Amino acid sequence: MAIGETIRNSQIWKSIFRHPMPLDRRNRIVVMLTNFFLHLHPVSIKKQGIALSFTWCMGGVTFFLFLVETVTGVLLMFYYRPTLEWAYNDILALRDVTSLGILRELHRWGAHAMVITTWLHMYRVFLTGSYKPPREFNWVVGVILLLLTLLLSFTGYLLPWDQLAIWAITVGSNMARATPILGYEGPGQQLLTVGGIDMITDGSDARFGLLGARFVGEETLNRFYVLHCIAIPLAVALLLAIHFWRVRKDGGISGPL
Amino acid sequence: MHSNGLFLKDVAGFLGSYYTALAVMNAVAAYLLWKRKKEPGQALVWTVFAGVMMVLASLALSGSPGLVPALPAWLRGLVNRLSGPVLYTLGTTALLTILFVFRRFFVRPMVAWTILNGMLLLMGLSMADENFASIVMKPDNVPIVGLVFLLAFFTWVATKQAVVNDDRIAQGLPPMEKVNDEKVLVWPDLVYTELICMIAVSAFLLAWAIFLPAPLEEPASSVKTPNPSKAPWYFLGLQEMLVYFDPWYAGVVLPSLVIFGLMAMPYLDFNKKGNGYYSIAERKFSYLTFQFGFLELWITLIILGTFLRGPNWNFFGPFEYWSPYKVEVLNNVDLPQMFWVNLLDRPLPRAPQGASALTQVGTILLREAPGLILLGAYLLVLPPLLAVTVFRGFFARMGFIRYMIMANLMLLMLSLPLKMVLRWTMNLKYLVSIPEFSLNF
Repeated sequence: MAIGETIRNSQIWKSIFRHPMPLDRRNRIVVMLTNFFLHLHPVSIKKQGIALSFTWCMGGVTFFLFLVETVTGVLLMFYYRPTLEWAYNDILALRDVTSLGILRELHRWGAHAMVITTWLHMYRVFLTGSYKPPREFNWVVGVILLLLTLLLSFTGYLLPWDQLAIWAITVGSNMARATPILGYEGPGQQLLTVGGIDMITDGSDARFGLLGARFVGEETLNRFYVLHCIAIPLAVALLLAIHFWRVRKDGGISGPL
Repeated sequence: MHSNGLFLKDVAGFLGSYYTALAVMNAVAAYLLWKRKKEPGQALVWTVFAGVMMVLASLALSGSPGLVPALPAWLRGLVNRLSGPVLYTLGTTALLTILFVFRRFFVRPMVAWTILNGMLLLMGLSMADENFASIVMKPDNVPIVGLVFLLAFFTWVATKQAVVNDDRIAQGLPPMEKVNDEKVLVWPDLVYTELICMIAVSAFLLAWAIFLPAPLEEPASSVKTPNPSKAPWYFLGLQEMLVYFDPWYAGVVLPSLVIFGLMAMPYLDFNKKGNGYYSIAERKFSYLTFQFGFLELWITLIILGTFLRGPNWNFFGPFEYWSPYKVEVLNNVDLPQMFWVNLLDRPLPRAPQGASALTQVGTILLREAPGLILLGAYLLVLPPLLAVTVFRGFFARMGFIRYMIMANLMLLMLSLPLKMVLRWTMNLKYLVSIPEFSLNF
């Protein structure tokens, strides 16, 4: 006990936590206001708003899974090189050689779980009518986050560079070929013909933009890697910040008026 | 392929622990019923059930054919023979409708518990079938099995509370969420809940990661196309729609409309009731529309696309071997063919060689007239017609633009089931088929 006391009275500790342990009412309020991570939350909250039967905790679990994916993803990036030469071998090594290769399992199952929990969160928000005014805009942000979650999972699907990966991405991206006007097999692509020259070909259509090539190859691997590790996570982080901020600004967790 | 001894030996350990887990689950339930709820009768029932599960567990552990509990071969054969896209779709629709209409009955805890046990038992019995197990146990398919159970559970949780709230509101009482609206401090009440949630999720994820290796197939090869080639599981509903529509609609336009429709929802739903609590009666229209889109069109199509679509995207029963040689008759016909050739007994209108562009377009329009008129009526005439009949109240309260967006989104959503029905009943391939512009609908 004495050691704990000494630590809590040290200058270092006090420079980080500027108040005593949150054991009484006053300090339980202060902790929420002075801690950067906790101040996302209000100080007090309606009891029914945090009942598990009401929220299912699915938004929180989704966010936690996003953090798990970020941490395991960064660690996996130490081991993985997105080139045709190495991608598959690096994943093999993660399975057979690397210590803590279980990171890949955590990352993959976490990703599947995140898709499911995002859907369940949306399901809950719908069933409690929580998208209604004043929370309409936050629902829209949520739908974009749902879409980005699917895209995160989709871009990550390619990275192991095995049969499962390239064919799933091939099937998934073939659809883009049929984009109206912008896909070279899509309806109305003839409309973008200038002076007899087809502007939309298999080398310039929507699918080409997605894959960076005419078929799923090294350019696609690189493109999906950058999207998966940098572009989409950044977008998600930004929208998450807005999503959480709006929860507070729109009156906190929903409940009967 | 029929179950052989080798497969049963492999699956015996899993099934043994599966039935044991079922037994433990029911023993705990029985204990709680006896101690907490003072229901010795029900406790006895579930104790007996737990005992039966223990017997099944020991039988399963033997790993020998004839002892491992399984569905009889004739029943599996019958299920395979009967199942098909039509029965599957109509069956799930009927099931969801029954669950909805008699929700008061199904939300009763003991009824739900019985159904859960029935589902789990059926799952266990089916797992003793090699063909079933090989699909369901594919690592990337496991999450969907989880999704089915999670959705069933959470739908029950939500419906149970909605039923209670609807009753209360009918009596003039506020919903349950209003009753417990005292305030508590976030530290400790919420912060600790979150901490426990994080630990539970971490533990669950670690266990999953330890027991189920992530899939890794052969190295990628652009010349070896697997059969079937499937998109990631959450897109299999879209891939299933390719059976009925061209990729431009099934793969691009409809998914965009799903996203757009979801975003538009809060701006279309003018019903102020049911905000912030579980309720069905107060918002039946939006509830049914959403559930039709989510549970029926999104989830069941994913399940169909994952578990029941095999090589060449042919339909396979749950216990059927995925043979790449299965042949299905494809005798689908386009509407112009039906109208001009089959009905009027004339050749399809065709522009003469070297005709002007205008004549060619005119001929195409003439050829496709039946489909275009039908589609035009569906998308342009039906919304105003509904506005003065069924949706009169909606139209008055929503205004022109909002009403038109809602009506069109609904009609486009319904285009999928309608196209399914047209395919099943009259082998219709396309209503409009203009290969000249890659425009088929």
